[in-house]
Amino acid sequence: MNEKRFHKRSIFLVLYILFALLPIYWMINMSFKTNEEILSSFSFFPQQLTWANYARIFTDESWYSGYINSLIYVAINTVISLTVALPAAYAFSRYSFLGDKHVFFWLLTNRMTPPAVFLLPFFQLYTTVGLMDTHLGVALAHLLFNVPLAVWILEGFMSGIPREIDETAYIDGYSFPRFFVTIFLPLIKAGVGVAAFFCFMFSWVELLLARTLTSVNAKPIVATMTRTVSASGMDWATLAAAGVLTIVPGAIVIWFVRHYIAKGFAMGRV
Amino acid sequence: MNATNKPINQKAWWLVLPVLVCVAFSAIVPLMTVVNYSVQDIISPERRVFVGTEWFAAVMRDDELLEALGRQLGFSLSVLLVEIPLGIALALSMPAKGWKSSAVLVVVALSLLIPWNVVVTIWQIYGRTDIGLFGHALASMGIEYNYTGSATDAWLTVLVMDVWHWTPLVALLCFAGLRSIPDAYYQAARIDGASKFAVFRYIQLPKMRGVLMIAVLLRFMDSFMIYTEPFVLTGGGPGNATTFLSQYLTQKAVGQFDLGPAAAFSLIYFLIILLFCFVLYNWMQRVGTQQVEVEQ
Amino acid sequence: MARIDLDLAHAYRPNPTQDSDYALLPLKMSFRDGGAYALLGPSGCGKTTMLNIISGLLVPSQGTVTFDGRDMTRATPQERNIAQVFQFPVIYDTMTVAENLAFPLRNRKVPADQIKKRVGEIAEMLDMSGQLNQRAAGLAADAKQKISLGRGLVRSDVSAVLFDEPLTVIDPHLKWQLRRKLKQIHRELKLTLIYVTHDQVEALTFAEEVVVMTRGKAVQVGSADALFERPAHTFVGHFIGSPGMNFLSAQSANGTIEVAGTPLVPTRELPQGPLKIGIRPEYLRLSNAGAAGAVPAVVKQVQDVGTHVMLSVEAGGSLLKVRLHSDDRSPAVGDTVWVRVLDTHTCYYKDEELVA
Repeated sequence: MNEKRFHKRSIFLVLYILFALLPIYWMINMSFKTNEEILSSFSFFPQQLTWANYARIFTDESWYSGYINSLIYVAINTVISLTVALPAAYAFSRYSFLGDKHVFFWLLTNRMTPPAVFLLPFFQLYTTVGLMDTHLGVALAHLLFNVPLAVWILEGFMSGIPREIDETAYIDGYSFPRFFVTIFLPLIKAGVGVAAFFCFMFSWVELLLARTLTSVNAKPIVATMTRTVSASGMDWATLAAAGVLTIVPGAIVIWFVRHYIAKGFAMGRV
Repeated sequence: MNATNKPINQKAWWLVLPVLVCVAFSAIVPLMTVVNYSVQDIISPERRVFVGTEWFAAVMRDDELLEALGRQLGFSLSVLLVEIPLGIALALSMPAKGWKSSAVLVVVALSLLIPWNVVVTIWQIYGRTDIGLFGHALASMGIEYNYTGSATDAWLTVLVMDVWHWTPLVALLCFAGLRSIPDAYYQAARIDGASKFAVFRYIQLPKMRGVLMIAVLLRFMDSFMIYTEPFVLTGGGPGNATTFLSQYLTQKAVGQFDLGPAAAFSLIYFLIILLFCFVLYNWMQRVGTQQVEVEQ
Repeated sequence: MARIDLDLAHAYRPNPTQDSDYALLPLKMSFRDGGAYALLGPSGCGKTTMLNIISGLLVPSQGTVTFDGRDMTRATPQERNIAQVFQFPVIYDTMTVAENLAFPLRNRKVPADQIKKRVGEIAEMLDMSGQLNQRAAGLAADAKQKISLGRGLVRSDVSAVLFDEPLTVIDPHLKWQLRRKLKQIHRELKLTLIYVTHDQVEALTFAEEVVVMTRGKAVQVGSADALFERPAHTFVGHFIGSPGMNFLSAQSANGTIEVAGTPLVPTRELPQGPLKIGIRPEYLRLSNAGAAGAVPAVVKQVQDVGTHVMLSVEAGGSLLKVRLHSDDRSPAVGDTVWVRVLDTHTCYYKDEELVA
């Protein structure tokens, strides 16, 4: 009976992976074609395979600098988000304090506004503070939606750790920082991995704020990609190639945090 | 977040302070600006007239708005009904250990990493019956499919695109949640003679409650604010079949280039989402803390 | 209630060649029906592995496990009808205490009225009758462990209850209450109980017989008394007792035994060659210079612990601990004293094993 169930799950998984990969395959397919070929015929493989799209991205500075800029501010943002979220999540998870439930919910409300009308105020604020067109500026702006998410995710995982572990550590003479780093963090590895990945992901794909707050120096790849509409129409091929390349950093990130996510909770000998 | 047995400690506020500073900087100041606009008639940068709640009243009287709201609610509900169970099922079937686990994890996460305008651009081609894999496949099976012409097809395409794009979010959260269940629970369930369904219902699902809450709220919020995907794919059409709330707002604001009503609408928009999320949040908290009736 | 016999070994790899490849070295052991046993040893000694093999969560790489004579080596925990209590409480959060206790019975399709009766009995035994309708998730750790235990006891035909360090997360001042409760349950229900721990106090107070293990080997099986008085292995001597047994190297030849440079006359037959003498701090006595069986030693440390005085003395390069009663006159640091090391309690070891 176990084998039959296992089989059903495998079939389901295979079907889903197929569903997930087909559009991506199509994107890769498109990235190796020319625009004319994309718009004229249907083919599984490029009939005239061309590397020109990728070449254009790697050689044109305005393209590859976009990737670098994005990577920089996304990395800054992820680090800051996690650093401030960890102690806050611990507080929400372990203690009761005045207004705690309300503040916890309020955090999430910061993600509930369609960004469109926020753009002008953000623009004004950042110009005043001198953070326009800087990586730090975009990183700070993205804290708006990433910090609440990180706090929520981490709090959930922290609440799954029995408080006896904290207490045992104090009895054993651990100071709070030492306890947090050497005992607690390894136990919530899955949560840290998930939170890190989501911070990366949401910051990486965010378009509106990133485009509004940058012009030249910190222009991210998402903004560069919107440039692909020109007088001759949409540059599908280059966009597809850029899209393929956009996946690579994220895939690397999730590869690095996979152990954190997969190992989960190990109730070790305390 | 359970309110059981937590010691009261007001000094915990210090731990929360950094978060508040970050979010306040990004949120409160801009929010105040928006509130400021929403009660003024900005005729030109120099001339502003205070109009109080006039914009809010006008927005509420708008019939087209209510229609867009209805469509939006239908869409978000469909999204939740499909993505949550599918995400849970996916998380349950993803292998937990070994190289297969890593490979599947990366493959599943790929769709989340593509910028949203690229997602919809790809699907634009993907769905064309002449040059796209999906469209072509449907056409060769004899199914009539046209996502720009038919309202149903447009709706379904936007929905399927969203499911393809965002189910992995639910799945990843649930997967991490499942990994946090110690082996001993499964061992105890075996010893107690529990069926696979009982294990799901009494061990896995309850332990996933935290992550599921995040997944539900996130998907609801983001689908309620969805803009790029339907706009680029179908332009809101055919007609206004896929004109959801965000697009309606932008049409009004950009079309008339009037910050006042746009700001007012944004605040109402925000309050609607807030209301729904608040209700969802409290409902899920209550369900978690209620006694589950076990069949005799 | 069942008698469990083990005749097995468990290796990490398919073709074990040396001792370190084994999680459990080849052993043969019997747990009689209704006995209370403890598996005692330091972390990594294989006790949890043995427990999981008994419970069916692990299949040994070679050998058999039999329950009342029936081969159950590959049987599931359900088929063996065992119950297991883990290091941390494992309960169903969404259910009440009563529903938790009823769960195993419902899965076996026991009629509802019988379930109710049985749940009531077990709750009574665990002093939880007043909490039956409370949600299990909100209770303290010791109550949750009692529920875990109760789920195991609720099946009247349970063959054995296995415990894997169950008091780890319990408050120290509640531990003794739970230990007492376990002993009470053992008396009343006469179940086979097997208890894994690294704490000798738990093991010695709980069990009728203790299996002392180290590095995959079961070095001695015996009652608390036997382990204390006649440890079969130097490891047991060292592990049991607080502090453990003292050891001195000695050389035996032609009727005399030279200990710490002093030739002594042994009181029993001894094999020739290098030996180790083991004697517990409780049995070392200060005596007069030159007394039979005594060696000179220099006092290094004197600790007054309230109920007794612990001396650390050095004799022939080895540090010995001597336990004196508070009313004995205690020497000062630096004094030379004579310590009687040979008497009826002394154990003699050759190659770490007891020989006399």
